[in-house]
Amino acid sequence: MSHHLVEVRDLHFAYPDGTDALKGVSFRITHGESVALIGANGAGKSTLLLHLNGYLTPTRGEIRIGETPLVRATAAAVRRAVGMVFQDPDDQLFMPTVFEDVAFGPLNAGLPAAEVEQRVASALERVGMAHLRDRPPYKLSAGEKRAVAIATVLAMAPDILVMDEPSSHLDPRGRRRLIELLKSFQHTKIIATHDLELVVELCSRVIVLDDGKVVAEGPTVDLLNDEALMLAHGLERPHSLWHQHPH
Amino acid sequence: MNLGQWIEIGRMDELGRLDTPVHRLDARAKVITTLGFIVVVMSFPRYDVSALMPFFIYPFVLIAQGRIPPGYILRKILLAAPFALVIGMFNPLLDHQTVARIGGWDISGGWLSFASIMLRFVLTVSAALALIACTGIHRLGAGLERMCVPRVFVVQLLFLYRYLFVVADEGARMMRSLELRSSGPQSLRLRVYGSLVGHLLLRSMNRADRVYRAMVARGFSSVGGSASGGDGEIRGLHRDSFRWTDWAFTGGWTAFFVLARMWNLADALGRMLAGGGS
Repeated sequence: MSHHLVEVRDLHFAYPDGTDALKGVSFRITHGESVALIGANGAGKSTLLLHLNGYLTPTRGEIRIGETPLVRATAAAVRRAVGMVFQDPDDQLFMPTVFEDVAFGPLNAGLPAAEVEQRVASALERVGMAHLRDRPPYKLSAGEKRAVAIATVLAMAPDILVMDEPSSHLDPRGRRRLIELLKSFQHTKIIATHDLELVVELCSRVIVLDDGKVVAEGPTVDLLNDEALMLAHGLERPHSLWHQHPH
Repeated sequence: MNLGQWIEIGRMDELGRLDTPVHRLDARAKVITTLGFIVVVMSFPRYDVSALMPFFIYPFVLIAQGRIPPGYILRKILLAAPFALVIGMFNPLLDHQTVARIGGWDISGGWLSFASIMLRFVLTVSAALALIACTGIHRLGAGLERMCVPRVFVVQLLFLYRYLFVVADEGARMMRSLELRSSGPQSLRLRVYGSLVGHLLLRSMNRADRVYRAMVARGFSSVGGSASGGDGEIRGLHRDSFRWTDWAFTGGWTAFFVLARMWNLADALGRMLAGGGS
């Protein structure tokens, strides 16, 4: 079973208040790719992400995860394949201890206790937070919370990681650790972010959203170096690319 | 974020994770016993005061054995005290009939029933708080569910508890920003508070939506059916099992409650001591 493929075709979505958030988004992300979703505030990034695990249902268009079209009946299976890390870890961590929080997903999947234990242990180990397993999540630092939030998703053994602003609220060291951690993952990654330096380091491809539409798509360095394009869509050329010389 | 307030609420969780003989009891044993306690305390006639005294032993034992700081429980009781005060405060004004004399003072029925209401309030609230503090809300929820309480209620209870943090946090942040921008006596008007409370509600609802979204993303579903992949259960790894200590706990305390309900133990003890002294 390969769930690593993400295909979005002509996706339209309007919020109940009539706001057209997505106006025909299409893209295709293949196995193991790391893709950034960038765009100004209100471009539709978060709305798009909420479609990828079936939380929102499109008004038109379709989404395929692997060979599975995402509809109500397949939502549960798709949610196991698509791990979503939300923007605010406080929203994601709601159980009394780190351990219970990481165990929440595997327990919902109906796994036996021994397997849950083992998955929680290895997920926390993976993000370097094994020592925090009995701490209450709301007492952790922002960096620790972020790492634990990622562990809650890893424990579900997803094929695809979807992240909304993973580097927000992190200090430079925490951000560096996060980047190294994400680099070490083999998963297909979709990252919505304003942190363009992070995009340069992590993502091979970029999708630029503006006003609910894909306005550009291509290799990271090519697109981010296009200053006119960046400025036209509320973005800017990352500083690191200004000084990049071929070695 | 008001850190003091935050930690104070979060402390219940920490207390719930302690490992003491009382904590190790099955949640169901503690729920049944505490419910029995509350029913018996509430069943006393309105003028009874001295007969209620022996019942303080139950919350005392839970708090002492469960190594729960009494000050913490006390502060929470004070927080809820205004509600009981409002219920009882008219009794002394309405009921002037003298029902007892203590040391030459006439005690009116109103004051006696007021004292009785406050005593019952302190007893039941401290027992309920001690129950949560020495069980932990999630084990309590799991226990209730195994006692055939409908899952909807249990999930509601758990969410109510969890969102308490959320609302307190949002409220504290809004208060801080309000205080930072208000100076002078004129600044805090009722209208401002109205808008503040409205905003708090909206923000809490947004937050609740995001928390729910995160739960759904990890396979939780509040509606049944295999299609949605969940059944509204918040699962835990450890299941309590009812052992002989749980039977002993429930049986022993229930016997004591019945005994203390039928005979005024405080009175009997006083008479025994007085009789022994003469």
